[in-house]
Amino acid sequence: MSSLGTIVDEAQIVVSCGSGGVGKTTAAAAIALHAAASGKRVVVVTIDPARRLADAFGLAGGLTNEPTRVEALEVPASGTGELWAMMLDPATTFDGLVRQYATTPERAERILANAFYRNIAGALSGTQEYMAAEKLYQLHRDERFDLVVVDTPPTRNALDFLDAPATLTRFINHRLFRLMMLPARGGLKVLNIAAQPVLRTIGKVVGGDVLADAIAFFQAFEGMESGFRDRADAVAELLRSPVTRYVLVASARHDTVEEARFFAARLTETGLAVAAVVVNRLQPRFGTTSAADAMAAADVASAAGDTDLAAMWRNLAELRALADAEEAVIAPLVAETDADSVHRVPLLDDDVHDLGGLRAIARHLFGTAPSPV
Amino acid sequence: MDSLQFFGAARLVIVAGKGGVGKTTVTAVLAHAAARAGLRVLAVELEGKPVLADLLAGSGAEVVTITAPEALADYLDAHGLKRVSKRLATSGIIDVVATAAPGIDDIVVLGKLKQLERLDVHDLIVVDGPAAGHAITFLLSARGLLDTVRGGPIKTQAEEVLEMFNDPERCQVILVTLPETTPINELIETAYSVEERVGVQLGPVIVNGVDLGDTVPLADAAEAFLREAADFRNHRRGAQRAELERLSSDLALTQIVLPQLPVAGVAAADLPALSIALLEQIATLAG
Repeated sequence: MSSLGTIVDEAQIVVSCGSGGVGKTTAAAAIALHAAASGKRVVVVTIDPARRLADAFGLAGGLTNEPTRVEALEVPASGTGELWAMMLDPATTFDGLVRQYATTPERAERILANAFYRNIAGALSGTQEYMAAEKLYQLHRDERFDLVVVDTPPTRNALDFLDAPATLTRFINHRLFRLMMLPARGGLKVLNIAAQPVLRTIGKVVGGDVLADAIAFFQAFEGMESGFRDRADAVAELLRSPVTRYVLVASARHDTVEEARFFAARLTETGLAVAAVVVNRLQPRFGTTSAADAMAAADVASAAGDTDLAAMWRNLAELRALADAEEAVIAPLVAETDADSVHRVPLLDDDVHDLGGLRAIARHLFGTAPSPV
Repeated sequence: MDSLQFFGAARLVIVAGKGGVGKTTVTAVLAHAAARAGLRVLAVELEGKPVLADLLAGSGAEVVTITAPEALADYLDAHGLKRVSKRLATSGIIDVVATAAPGIDDIVVLGKLKQLERLDVHDLIVVDGPAAGHAITFLLSARGLLDTVRGGPIKTQAEEVLEMFNDPERCQVILVTLPETTPINELIETAYSVEERVGVQLGPVIVNGVDLGDTVPLADAAEAFLREAADFRNHRRGAQRAELERLSSDLALTQIVLPQLPVAGVAAADLPALSIALLEQIATLAG
């Protein structure tokens, strides 16, 4: 593990992961901003459909599935740095893959128009994760960029992202698929649904026409599986290669810390490593007085009749107690991480909603903000 | 307002909100407070690591977990497809079914909730709703399925769920947020979507983790770090108050605030304090 500065220098892909609401998107944006300011050509990919990243970057038109250059960035005139941003559109990305691997354009259009396919592209769990990985692969090969920074979808299990390519090919290569295709291989054009008890069951539950769409999809898809599988393998390999670095993001809450530790353990099992840990929104510390000493000082001030001063010491004691409680919650995660790869970001005065806010975060991530004692 | 009147508004309450706003905490506080008020309470978890059982241990509330794959398997069993449903579940074909008719996994879960609501076993059923952006699609699944499925048991199920949603005495949605700009913006968007597109009754909005308290005074003689700490606290509290006022003016729903506790992450030991805070506020609401 190492500092974020080193990671950004060495990596070609940075993946920001953690549970929902911990500030993954903001961390990814701040990392990208810093890398661009230090001369890299960076593209940041967000999964979050909310407008706040576009707003923070001053992109009035919003973000699309293609990278947009962030012009508001103030990079040194001599610098080569560029910042681009995009928002993943899983369905459009999936459509592109289908067009690429379909044996004929007609077949591609048949698949794209199929109701079952539209459901896979839009709603199948795992699609969003897989398409995020696919987009990352495309951007990594894109000559315009030196570094790709991505935040992962807010899944319950952060590792879904790593497993997604395999999950989806497993789905497409499913036994049911072969079952459906059997009669077609036998030369029959029309499937006898009634002959298959499993299909008959599904038909009863979801209705016959829904099933017919599914069968039509698998028929049109025939011949594309190997292309899809090879591509999924290549994507999975990139996610596991040393050019890809993982940054864990957590907040000082028990559940997000546990999620981060779980992810770290799973990464290690897979032979990968956590490059850095970011802990967001920590209570800031003022002075060095302990919570107990601050309470004692409040009592002294109170006894002396200085109620204002007493209230100020009590405020300090409360803030310090909260900061201590947070430090205790993140302690297990910190203990499992090299000291120089833990990055603490304090709760800022205001919400992060513009470039200024992102710069403030970047200063805490890359600057020399002191660790708490 | 009397607490029994508050908790008696609807038997089924679905708690919804973006990740990280404390949805699970609020579910637990509602269940804890209602059990304290003497009601028979069931708290329901839908996904993820089960935590409600730990949080609510000793509260008197019961806890149950309902997952989509299990609910779907049960559903198939109940419709005379027992033999095949086992094969479906084990071979993962449920994925294919769920993909063929998106929302079917949600509707079987909602169907289970509807069943529980129909049984006269609990006075209040509090559901820790789906995470992230899934809440709206979850609630919309019934309407969506009515468009795609033209007949059969799933259609009946969807119709019955919609009927429950449209009856404010049977079902309500409680939205949870934090006293900060982005979560409040997202809550307002979600509130409009839920009312317009789902047609379900919205209960009070619960704002979690509010730093209550008076302005910290600034004593002239105080040292710099004390002044900085006071300024920081006052600034945060002021910003939170401004956000709460904005929420009141933008959204005509009753607002309930839960205090920020001096702990990092709520545990079972913290629930009594939060549930007392909730009951105290309920008492001040107009009946």
